[in-house]
Amino acid sequence: MISVRHGALAVLSAVAVLAIPAAASAHRQWLLPSSTVLSGNDPWITVDAAVSNELFYFDHNPMRLDSLTVTAPDGAKGEIKNGSTGKYRSTFDVQLDKPGTYKIGSASDGLMASYKLNGEQKRWRGAAAEAATAIPKEATEVKLTESSRRLEIFATRGAPTKEVLKLTGKGLEVDFVTHPNDLVVSEPAQFKLLLDGKPAAGVEVEVVPGGNRYRAATGEMKLTTDAQGAFTAKWPGAGMYWLEATVRGGKSTIANAERSASYVTTLEVLPD
Amino acid sequence: MRLPVYTAALTGLMATPALAADLTLSLEIPQLSVAEYHRPYVSVWVETPDKVAVKTLAVWYDVKLKNQEGQKWLKDMRQWWRRAGRDLTLPADGVSAATRAPGKHQVVFRAGASPLGTLPAGQYNLVVEAAREVGGVEVLRTPFQWPPKARASASAKGETELGALSVTVKP
Repeated sequence: MISVRHGALAVLSAVAVLAIPAAASAHRQWLLPSSTVLSGNDPWITVDAAVSNELFYFDHNPMRLDSLTVTAPDGAKGEIKNGSTGKYRSTFDVQLDKPGTYKIGSASDGLMASYKLNGEQKRWRGAAAEAATAIPKEATEVKLTESSRRLEIFATRGAPTKEVLKLTGKGLEVDFVTHPNDLVVSEPAQFKLLLDGKPAAGVEVEVVPGGNRYRAATGEMKLTTDAQGAFTAKWPGAGMYWLEATVRGGKSTIANAERSASYVTTLEVLPD
Repeated sequence: MRLPVYTAALTGLMATPALAADLTLSLEIPQLSVAEYHRPYVSVWVETPDKVAVKTLAVWYDVKLKNQEGQKWLKDMRQWWRRAGRDLTLPADGVSAATRAPGKHQVVFRAGASPLGTLPAGQYNLVVEAAREVGGVEVLRTPFQWPPKARASASAKGETELGALSVTVKP
């Protein structure tokens, strides 16, 4: 059975540490595009990439850019331009040189292990095939977690297209019934959460509006997916929203391993 | 059906009422006392009562900038962009035009002629959206019936980016 992240905070923070080396704990990782809806024949976007508690304020750690990729509307690989990493954030540009919807993000998959060796707590992360040799035979309390993380944002020049929304059937994904660059405040958005291509039912999805530094309430919404993995986001206002879901448990293809899969995106909701 | 339309459009002579019908938009772009003024981008379109865009009649933007750079801000007319603009190829003859100065403007759209062409009989809104650089956005909707059986007018008034607006349809 699938359980949600709040039952397993300890494991989640370990995953976060290993997947995002800059993160010291389960801070939020985010990508923030300068625009998501663009016109004209040569639009660019600038994206901030950081790890922090408050959204979307870069005041903790930068996100590393090496695992990020750009997918053009036709499915071709795009380019990250002018990338740079500072103390608190990374930043880069993407030139939307083709009409349609771009995807920018990363999807990682790996095995992580925690174990004790001579009374000391150890951690390891790598490819599943290396685990047998990487973890010493003398290790005790070995805990294996197959973790997959997906982080992605979208930006569209002209009319939205769907090529980059195609599902891979691997890890946790969102099936955008409502296109991610076609969101307006008056229209609830329909999404579906899928784990390895199948409905992820009963999973809590966190949707947090940006700008929380200047208000007392965080305004976060906790939505739960139905039997089909579907959930509906009703927007309290226009703005940027951070959306996150984590599924822990379920079958792993690796013997004796637990499963952990997460999904993060940033969505821009425009005024009507 | 096609031939009479063609003839009427060509000669401008009277024909059956539906063929000669027209829609006149009177629109005021307000004079604003602001430090940095740019003429607004304005889009005009026809939509059904459930807000489905049927036709874009006019888009006033910086058509003359090199490399079509003026199109970069078309998306600021958010409703038009989402409902119609993003699916159009601009510039489009009879639709794209330069921005207009503050003051009163009148545009006549004729049945059978581009860009109005033919419109199935029914209830519609004429929608005008204005978006100004370093300024705001405003949208006004004015209902009209098509084809008109008699001369009919409806008006609306903007508060920020648009002034008085009226739509008159005539058989």
